[in-house]
This record gives sequence, structure tokens and C-alpha cells, in this order.
Amino acid sequence: MLDRSALHHLSEAAVAIELETPDMTLNIGPQHPSTHGVLRLVAKVDGEKVYDVQPVVGYMHRGYEKISEVRTYPQIITLINRIEWVSGYANEIPFLVATERIMGVEAPPRAQYIRLILTEMTRLSSHLMFMGSYPLELGAATPLMFALRERERVLDLIESVTGGRFHPNFNRIGGVKPVAGAGPSQKKASQDLPAGFLQETRRAMDQVLSTSDEIEDLIAGNEVLLARTKGVGILPAEVALAYGVSGPNLRASGVDFDLRKKADYLPYDELDFETAVTETGDCWDRWWVRLVEIRESAKMIKQAVDQIPSGPLQAKVPRVIKVPKGETYVRAENPKGEMGYHVISEGGQIPYRVKIRSASFNNISILPHILEGILIPDIVAIMGSLDFVLGDVDR
Amino acid sequence: MSDLLANFWILLALKLVAIGALVPVTALVIGYAELKISAHMQSRIGPYFAGGRWGWAQLIADGIKFFQKEDIIPEEADRQVFKWAPALVLLSTVALFVVIPFSPTLIVQDLDLGVFYVLAISSVSTIGVLMAGWSSANKYSLMGGLRAAGQLIAYELPLLLAVVGVIIQAGTMSLVGIVEAQASFEVFGTIAVPYVAVQFVGFLVFMTAALAELNRIPFDLPVAESELVMGFVTEYSGFRFLFFFLGEYANMFSMSAIASTLFLGGYHFPGLNAEIWGPVVLTVKILALAFLMIWFRWTFPRLREDQLQKFAWKWLIPVSLANIAVTGIFKVVM
Repeated sequence: MLDRSALHHLSEAAVAIELETPDMTLNIGPQHPSTHGVLRLVAKVDGEKVYDVQPVVGYMHRGYEKISEVRTYPQIITLINRIEWVSGYANEIPFLVATERIMGVEAPPRAQYIRLILTEMTRLSSHLMFMGSYPLELGAATPLMFALRERERVLDLIESVTGGRFHPNFNRIGGVKPVAGAGPSQKKASQDLPAGFLQETRRAMDQVLSTSDEIEDLIAGNEVLLARTKGVGILPAEVALAYGVSGPNLRASGVDFDLRKKADYLPYDELDFETAVTETGDCWDRWWVRLVEIRESAKMIKQAVDQIPSGPLQAKVPRVIKVPKGETYVRAENPKGEMGYHVISEGGQIPYRVKIRSASFNNISILPHILEGILIPDIVAIMGSLDFVLGDVDR
Repeated sequence: MSDLLANFWILLALKLVAIGALVPVTALVIGYAELKISAHMQSRIGPYFAGGRWGWAQLIADGIKFFQKEDIIPEEADRQVFKWAPALVLLSTVALFVVIPFSPTLIVQDLDLGVFYVLAISSVSTIGVLMAGWSSANKYSLMGGLRAAGQLIAYELPLLLAVVGVIIQAGTMSLVGIVEAQASFEVFGTIAVPYVAVQFVGFLVFMTAALAELNRIPFDLPVAESELVMGFVTEYSGFRFLFFFLGEYANMFSMSAIASTLFLGGYHFPGLNAEIWGPVVLTVKILALAFLMIWFRWTFPRLREDQLQKFAWKWLIPVSLANIAVTGIFKVVM
């Protein structure tokens, strides 16, 4: 017969054995519905819990920086359109301004205003896309259609000016392309914005403003969505700054930094607008900041349409663009965040070096930090809220 | 004719054919309704060309397409389990149709323990889902299957508890008996009211739990295409995928049928002869509930796993327990 103390020890021993569950390595992507293209996340998961995520980027590297060294400046404008394809037009602006500064020319005020209006329209289109795609990632399909319907109006306006919807290639060094609104039947190209564009823009912006209220009702009133986003993926301001996060993601963390206020690449100082800043830095705040930015952009466009000056669209530049020796760095507030070009010219038609600073690359560098110790569904919620584009990450 | 119907085997064959026809037809009708209603909600047109008008043949065309597809089984998969999983899911749905009373006599088999049978059979489909998830040899499928199992445990309870209130009131577990009890349930006057009038809490809990049973948004975590690609159906193709698809929509129909039988008076409507109008009345009620489910799906995002569990254990189960207590007290007192 066993004595009691031995039994006691046996039971102790049984308790002390812990069941070891091996970790599962989950490869999310590069082919996955919610990695926005070809981002790959190597996640170590324990059931639903994620405790280590490493993003693997580079699947879409197209070498724009290197190609830029063998292309003329006007050709580069076409290329860099494709870096961040959701807001192609806005990509061109900092490069143009950098080139113009080295050359010592400045676009005429009317051209600058047209650039500003189109940039803000691009921001609208990008943010509206986010308004739709983010709920979709959380499982709600309907807001996508509402948002895309509005985006269509904005894209139509962009198309009416530039002839393109995503990659307009409308800018020229020293101004904007002075051909617009001309159908194929019209022999002589119009030298300005298409007729009725300004009125149509005012109307469309009112429509966007009212739809932004509708989207707010639809999404902000949805308790499931609030439960999925509030307090999820909190990004503290100091971490965001340390990683170089920019744009709406940074402002959602409570840092009031907007290059439209701080830099002077377009005449934003002549417009009256506010930057959206929130405190917490969770997914919900990132969504909210973008909603407010849609409203501010719509108001900005209305103001710009009201006070657009008349005059030429193109500064005097030589027929063959030759840029003198020099270098400069120009950064701009793109829809996704700060986008900058460091252009070095050794003289001639081709730049010596173009360094591209894109917003999404820095914005997703935060992923290992922010995706630790969460649940798998939150990966999607957080990644979606960062609103990155893989073309912008990999360039 | 009546001689023919009296023969057990002929009657059985007729019933089997009826169910065999009913399952795909209901799946097609509800699937088509989902396409069209969601399109309307999203300011789209939806299917338009197939069949000549209104795209009515869209899902039939889809079904034919699925049969033409290659039946791919992953090399690493557990072949037998992988093959049987969709059949099990569909079978559990088909088995539910056995006890749905379309009229006092138009029912395949009225079981004394009809409600019990429904609750037992409806959870079999989750085993099919778990089998599919496990056998696919895919991490996403596995997680989808396990989520389905977790969801089953969490939501089977409120589903069951919500029904208990009805059983207490009706005093029977036969589905025909419950409808007949509602036909003579005159609590607010002389017109019979369905149980939803007094079992409103139970109805809400039942519908919520039924949504979870059906893996529909906001409880569609086992498929959750933005997280788990397609969950447990990721590796399925061709007609095996079609089985899951048919199962999902036919299950919507049968769950709505059970809900309308238990809470909305089933085939009974005051002033209409149930023998003649019963099937129509029940179908209208079912389609109304199915519309509700479609509406939810296109309105809500999905919950997170922990929120799903919290919702079941901290809200639905206590609420349904309280509902049982209150029902019991009223039953005894009144």
C-alpha cells in the first residue's frame, strides 16, 4: 500500500508538468486579401494570440530611384506617378518643386493653385478609398460602395482637367500641362481649365461634405466597428516620432505636424484650414483624422476655387529641360504622409541621384512594435488603419 | 391517389424527393435574394444578364460552373475527412428540413422531440466545419475550423436556452404542437398572437445565436476572408465548395423556418386556413427573417474572437437564463 506522502508527491508532480504548445508560424501574405498587395508578415502565433510579427517588404521593388538616374526630368514625372498609385498626382508635386528650385523657376500662381486643387482632390480620393476599404477589412462591405461612389465624382473632376484618373502626368516643370478639356474632335487644345470646372467642383465638394456626414453616421454609429477599433493598436506619440511615422497616422497620435502648414511647396498659407489632431492614436483616431481631413480638404478646394488667380499656366522654361548643378530636398504632405525627394543634379538633362522618401515605408516600420501581443483579427484592423500602399513601401 | 400515399415506401420516396428538391431551391432563392438585396443596399444593380431578365439565372449558372471545376484536394490533406466534410455540412442542413411543418399535415415527420432534434442536428454542421478545417492541412483552415468549434460551444447554449422559454409556454417539444399552441395563445384578447409577443427576449437571443450558428456577419469569424483568407473553405474548390455554399444558404432557410415556427406562429396566421395557406404563410415569415439576416450582413463589421465569446457568455446566456426564470414564474402564477 502506498503511503499518503508518496501520493501527495505524485499529484504535485502531475501539476508541475506544463503542456508545451509549440508556436505556429503564420505567413500572412504575400498573397493575402488584406495585405494591400504583396506585403508579407511572418507572425508567430499561439492560437489567436500574436506575439511576434516581422514584416518582409521588397516584393514590389521596381527600382525607381535607380531608373531616375537614366531618365530625363519630364520622364521621371511619369515614373513617380506610379510610386503610390492611389494618389498619383500628389507624388509629382515635391519632385517638381525640387527641380524647379534647382532651376530657379517658379510656377505661375494660377498653375500653383491648379496643382493645389488637384493635390487636395487626390487626398480626397485617397482618403475616401480608405473610408471604404477600412470597414471592408473589418467585414462591412457596404461603406466601400458609398465611399467609391463619392470618389468617382472626385476622379471625374481630375479626369476632366488632366485626362487621366490615376496617373495624370499633368504637371510640367514650371507649370501645368496647358492642354485640357479638349476632346479628340477639338483641334485647338484649350489653354486652361475646362469650362464649368470651377462650378462643378464647388457642387461636387458640397456633395462630398454631405456624404462625409453620411459615412460618419454609417460608421461612427456602428457599435461593432467602434468595439473593433477603439483602444486597438495604440501608437504613442514618441514611438511614432522615433519611427518616422508621418501624415494622418502621426496626427492621430497627437502630434500636430502637417507639412501643408510647415512647408511652402504650394500656396497653402493663403487658405484657411485646420489640421486634424486626436489624442489617443488608436485605430479609431486614425480613421477619425482622415474623416476630418476629407472635410478640410473639401473646404480648402472650395476656397481655392473661389480665389484662384488668372494668368499663365506655364513659366518660361527652355524646350529641353536642363537642370544646373545643385541639390535640394523638398517634402510634401501626401495623403499617406510625408513624401520627399532629394534631387542632386550635376547639370544636364538627367539627375545624378534622386532619393525618394515615401510615407508608407516609414509608416509600416511601426508594425513589429504595434502588432505585438494582439489577436489575429487586430492585425487586419491595425494594418488597415495605417493606410499604406505597397507601391509606396517598396518603390 | 390516397392508396399510393398510404404505401409507406412510396410516401417515403416522395418525401425524400421533396426535400431533395427543396434544399437547392431554397438555397438558390435566398442566395439570389442576397445578391439582389445587397446590390440594392450598395447602390449597385447586382446580377443583371444571366437568364435574360434580372439575372435570375445567375446562381444556376454559378452552380453549373462549380461542377465544371476541377476537384482539387491538397496533397497534404487527410483525403477521406476532406472529402466527407462538405457532405456532412450539407447533410445536417437537409436533416433539418425533415421537421419543418409547412402546414398541420405538410411535414415530413412530426417528432415528439422536434425541438430537441433541431438543436442536436444543427450543431452537426459544425463538426463538418471542424473536419474541413482540420483536414485541409492549411493553417488558415485550421484556425477557421477551431474558431467554428469555439463559436459552437459559445452559441449553442443561448440558442438552447432561448428555446426553453418557448417549450415552457407551449408545454410540448413537437414543432406542430408549438404552432398549434400559438394558434390558441390568446393573451391580449381574442386574437391569437405568436410567442414573439411574450418571448421577445428569447426571440432576440435565438436570432443572434442563429446568426452565429450560420457563421454570418457579424459572427462570420470561421471564414473571415480579410483575416483567414476564406477560413475552413480556403482549400475547397468545385462542387465541394458548392456544397458549403448550398449548405450555408439552405441553413439560413431552415434556421429562419425554425425561428418562425417557434416564435412567429409558423404556418398559422389568424383568419387563414392553415391547411391551404400554411406553406405560403410560413414562406413569407421565413423570407422576412432571411431578409433580416441579409440586412445584418451588409450592415455590420465582424466581431473579434474575444468579443464574440464575451458577448455569448456575459450577455446572451445570462439574459436567456433570466428569460427562462421569468417565463417559468409567469407560467406557474398565471
